[in-house]
Amino acid sequence: MSEKEVLVTIRDLYLEGRTDETWMPIINGVDLTLHKGEVLGLIGESGAGKSTLGLAAMGFTRDGVRIKKGSVEFDGIDLVNASAAVKRGLLGKRIAYVAQSAAASFNPAHKLIDQHSEAPIQHGVMAKSESEADGIELYRRLRLPNPEQIGFRYPHQVSGGQLQRAMTAMAMSCRPDLIIFDEPTTALDVTTQIEVLASIRDIVEQFNTAAIYITHDLAVVAQMADNIKVLLKGDEVEEADTRTMLADPREDYTKSLWAVRSFQRPKKPAVQKGAVPVVRVNHVTAAYGTTPVLFDVDFEIHEGRTVAVVGESGSGKSTAARCITGLLPPKEGQIEFEGVAMPADYRRRNKDQLRQAQMIYQMADTALNPRKTIGEIIGRPVQFYTGLTGNERRRRVDELLAEIELEPSIYHDRLPSELSGGQKQRVGIARALAAEPKFIICDEVTSALDQLVAEGILKLLARLQDTLGLSYMFITHDLATVKSIADEVVVMKDGKVVEQGPKDEMFKPPHHAYTDLLLSSVPEMDPDWLTNLLAERGVDNIGDAAVDKM
Amino acid sequence: MNSVLRIVLQRLGLGVVTLVVVSFVIFVAVNAMPGDFAQAILGQGYTEEAGEAIRREVGLDKPYFVRYFSWLGAALTGDFGTSFAKANFAAYAGNTAGSGLDTVAASIAPRLENTLFLAGVAAMIAVPISLVLGLLAALYRNTIFDRFTNIFTLSSISSPEFFLAYILILLLAVLNPLLPSLSNVFEGMPFSERFIKTLLPALTLTLVVTAHMMRMTRAAIINLLASPYIEMARLKGISPMRIIVVHALPNALAPIINVIALNLAYLITGVVVVEVVFVYPGIGQLFVDSVKIRDIPVVQASCLIFAAAYILLNLLADVLSILSNPRLRHPK
Repeated sequence: MSEKEVLVTIRDLYLEGRTDETWMPIINGVDLTLHKGEVLGLIGESGAGKSTLGLAAMGFTRDGVRIKKGSVEFDGIDLVNASAAVKRGLLGKRIAYVAQSAAASFNPAHKLIDQHSEAPIQHGVMAKSESEADGIELYRRLRLPNPEQIGFRYPHQVSGGQLQRAMTAMAMSCRPDLIIFDEPTTALDVTTQIEVLASIRDIVEQFNTAAIYITHDLAVVAQMADNIKVLLKGDEVEEADTRTMLADPREDYTKSLWAVRSFQRPKKPAVQKGAVPVVRVNHVTAAYGTTPVLFDVDFEIHEGRTVAVVGESGSGKSTAARCITGLLPPKEGQIEFEGVAMPADYRRRNKDQLRQAQMIYQMADTALNPRKTIGEIIGRPVQFYTGLTGNERRRRVDELLAEIELEPSIYHDRLPSELSGGQKQRVGIARALAAEPKFIICDEVTSALDQLVAEGILKLLARLQDTLGLSYMFITHDLATVKSIADEVVVMKDGKVVEQGPKDEMFKPPHHAYTDLLLSSVPEMDPDWLTNLLAERGVDNIGDAAVDKM
Repeated sequence: MNSVLRIVLQRLGLGVVTLVVVSFVIFVAVNAMPGDFAQAILGQGYTEEAGEAIRREVGLDKPYFVRYFSWLGAALTGDFGTSFAKANFAAYAGNTAGSGLDTVAASIAPRLENTLFLAGVAAMIAVPISLVLGLLAALYRNTIFDRFTNIFTLSSISSPEFFLAYILILLLAVLNPLLPSLSNVFEGMPFSERFIKTLLPALTLTLVVTAHMMRMTRAAIINLLASPYIEMARLKGISPMRIIVVHALPNALAPIINVIALNLAYLITGVVVVEVVFVYPGIGQLFVDSVKIRDIPVVQASCLIFAAAYILLNLLADVLSILSNPRLRHPK
């Protein structure tokens, strides 16, 4: 490592962000050294300052962020004190950026190829025709389908995974020395993620580009980075080369991050033959207007069990939940609770029937009324479903708060905005419990949370299941979560159930081809995982998979 | 594209309904005003007999719903009737009615042409200035330039139009005699002379409409500057001017187009004061004169023109905003 030339040096960097009128620290004295051609993984939970640090390495701060002190040097150029014009000359040309959401970061008004060749033309690196030809070549190397034509489309005409690769191509357009990847695969499905990861790794290797790879996903960073730096609330926890870091983390915080995926529920005995399921989705076909979205979906959820419904976005997971709750009356088939068919439309269900199915949502932020206190948010369904008022209602709310491990005397009168993301999700759970249901639909409840916090929520849900005998329908695209808590798995694709069965069977071959693709696409903590997988699948398969998704 | 066509047809149909409603409201309103055409035209010399004679002559003796529906029926076939005033003078001159000079269409057409000419000249000056000022204000936001532009355009929109008009006359016609202060254009005038004569009222109108368009341009662009694709452009090392013009402006077109359309409609319908100050023979003056003498057919037709201008310009703005959205121009 020492014989390589140093590209980026950050020394004792302090960054501050303005909230209201005060400046709060974001990064507290972090050092960073990056050599040419090296990939550094930056990991940490949300709010750790990863993105801010990544942007600072480009000499860029967002509005409302400032450099308090410290130095950032890129190839001998002092970026902290450089003029705007000097920095503009470097950005796009020698330092490039790949953003988390390619869909939002491409300008909707221009064709991909025009955005691709903008930096080369503006920086005087290449002429338009030359840069377009180069763009097509990069699209080909990144295994985008139809590389000749895809650039002449507008961003909304191209899928998310393809856009993410087109953005990587755009970052490469001037052959920069450094690329900052800011969570480039977080918004993608696992099967798409693999294609993008493989493309990024290839192209960074081919052009010997240095990169800072920002992510909260350890398994992903293990595939991409030579070295890993762990951040916690703006402080560096530790840095080491990837294999050392994975095998032998020094700090407790790093160890706790590593341990998250080890949470595992004990196996439950098989469901008795002939037992009546709590919920049966009975050959349901549904449509939004005239667009069909579910085709003959059929599965059961038994008492005290968790059924994980998995699939990519758009596969119909959430639509199935809407059918169960009666928000979307099915065209054919019916929803049965404990063997009794329910009215299809929630407006025709009585209070007791409504009580049966409760929901917990992905975004606790938007699912809680910001103007009501926690006590009111939980107390309202308590009163509505159980009829308790006054002191009795208050006692029940406190019981529920204690159940979700929030101290009633502290949290009863707080507003949602005063709670952390994990605490808000707990309130969402308490609100569902207030109806005293037998069955709860959890719609991606952990996907917006950091791993440690998500683990806490999963443990809470598991404990509630054991003590209250709840049944869960667990909608998720995260197979690691499925492994840790599900009893049974339903795999959905394009509105159909492609495979279902007990978890153990589902995670053992042989599988339906799609389940296999899904399962094998989940990144593992082994740094050789991606390499092995690609060798196993053959590179061509990935290209084909991309074409299939068109 | 078919959806755009459907929207256009739907809106045109609704526009016709709106015009009928407008005509009814105007008709009722003019009838509700004290006095009528006969009283207005005869003034001090009004007697019952003379009044009745004039009323009979122009058809004011019939019940007003009959008058409204016969007018509406004729209007639907393109005949907007006869101006009371013109009919009257024609009768006194001994001509028979219906010679073609006394129709509402004939009295309005040249005035409308003048008004459209003035609106066109004002728009040609005001729209580019507003856009450029808006872009520059967005680029140099919160600087002295931005503040000064805002204060200047806001003061000009806040001042009464006649005041602005007199200031301009003072500066450009009296102290520095560059432009004529009277805009008495007439038919057959050479274009260049007509243009020069129209400049002062056009400049006055420019001062009135610039602030609105410029501020909307600035706000629509600044609104987009926090979006990820603008940050991406900054991170590609693109110059601030290019970011504003190439990356923000194409996505900010819809609100800007709408405000421009509203202001163009104002240039056609709201220019009475400026026309009076500069003695410009536009439709606004004709309208005010016709209201004074209760010349209902002319008032009706003028109002319909004003309403149609709003409807058509708003429709045009909607279609252009839809077409400015690449998602609709280039479907998947």
